[in-house]
Amino acid sequence: MVAIPSRHKSLALLGGVLLAQVLLLALQIKKDSRGRLIRVWAVSAASPFERGGAWGFGRISGVWHHYFALQTTSRENEALRVENDALKLTISQLQSKSAEADRLAALLNFKQAHASVPLLGARVIAVSAGTASRTIEVDRGERDGVTRNMAVITPDGAVGKVIAVYRDTSQVLLLTDKEGGAGAMLVNSRTQGPVGGTGDPMMVMKYVATEEDVKVGEKIVTSGMDKIFPRDIPVGTVVAVKSGNPFKLIRVQPAAKLDRLETVIVLLSQTPVEFPKEAEPQGAQTGAQNSGAAVPTAEKP
Amino acid sequence: MNETYELRTGETHIEVHKFFPGTILFATMAALVLQASVPVYMPRLNIIELPLLVTIYFGLSRRNPSTGLLLGTAMGLAQDALSGPTVPLGYYGIAKTIVGYLASSIGARLDTEHPAARFALIFGFFVLHQAVLVLIRRLLLAQPEAWVNMHLVVAAAVNALVGTLLFLALDRLRRNS
Repeated sequence: MVAIPSRHKSLALLGGVLLAQVLLLALQIKKDSRGRLIRVWAVSAASPFERGGAWGFGRISGVWHHYFALQTTSRENEALRVENDALKLTISQLQSKSAEADRLAALLNFKQAHASVPLLGARVIAVSAGTASRTIEVDRGERDGVTRNMAVITPDGAVGKVIAVYRDTSQVLLLTDKEGGAGAMLVNSRTQGPVGGTGDPMMVMKYVATEEDVKVGEKIVTSGMDKIFPRDIPVGTVVAVKSGNPFKLIRVQPAAKLDRLETVIVLLSQTPVEFPKEAEPQGAQTGAQNSGAAVPTAEKP
Repeated sequence: MNETYELRTGETHIEVHKFFPGTILFATMAALVLQASVPVYMPRLNIIELPLLVTIYFGLSRRNPSTGLLLGTAMGLAQDALSGPTVPLGYYGIAKTIVGYLASSIGARLDTEHPAARFALIFGFFVLHQAVLVLIRRLLLAQPEAWVNMHLVVAAAVNALVGTLLFLALDRLRRNS
């Protein structure tokens, strides 16, 4: 047997470890296996610390904001009064438009219209441990009835879908991940196309023909065609449109603040949910500015 | 075993540092948990690669290539597992294995105690780490990925600065000779 010189042992070990990991990568790609067992171990080991960390951060933040960081409270109150006046004006303008009001009512009745859809509040306890993916981990899992492919939203709009479920936690793939996305449509024209992530904070809307009239600032909502998200959940706003061949290049700003999520809502149902048909015709044209109110009636965590 | 000793390479005398029991395990766990938890509340801190910084530090300090690469492997695979199912196991594992090996190899030949040297090394290792990740994406996973952008330079500088300060803190966990 040929002995390996000691100075080459570490190099041989490096080669062996790298080869093993490359094979591991190849195995996963070929069989689409994500090594679930090792993930379960890793997540199970880390989640108590993450939950503890979330609890600790919440406590420290609470003590700080409620007992120490009060020097700006007066200024904040003044700013809130100004903001409140502006909001009252906005509400008044909204109420003057009956069509918009109809749409708003339909959206606010979301929960009553779909009482069979149980909503579950969840707290974000961790994010992806690297920049290669955009996922979050929430403190709800199998024990709470969460299963894969359930939609996750916030009152602002769609967030993503559940891709992995553990006993007490779940991992959610955000819309901005390269593999994330949702069936969507433009509010004004009702033109449909998938909205997907690129790994950046912005998303893109695909397969919208060049002939379609798409304007910057136009709202995008879910179409319900992906069988994951209910219809008319806000997805985002068009921020840039470029002509392409044969499809337009449309960049979309997410409606939900995906880089600053602390609480989310899991839709505990995978049966398709739709708004009442009578709420759509005029709302389709006027609901763009109100789509952000789609889920206020959802139970907050 | 528990004492600091010197590695003689030619005319240079480089110390190999030892740490209190459990220090490496604790630092590894802490880096992974903080990497996953802190950005929930401060998203901009996502730019800091704590697992990489810890891998580099212990690689440079222990100065044993086998130890360095195995620590990098463990750290990388754990990071893969905590990054969600869209990140295949081995993605960060391969990158950190290489960084761990090179860090401990360089640590065995050069004095890496000076903050300026540490800053430069962390900057270089961060760029290398990201380059390996891009290579894996493009060659092994056949996914499109940009090569270099301004964000990489900024992220490398930020990590080098944070790492230099972090290393000073971790130096306090060393055992006295």
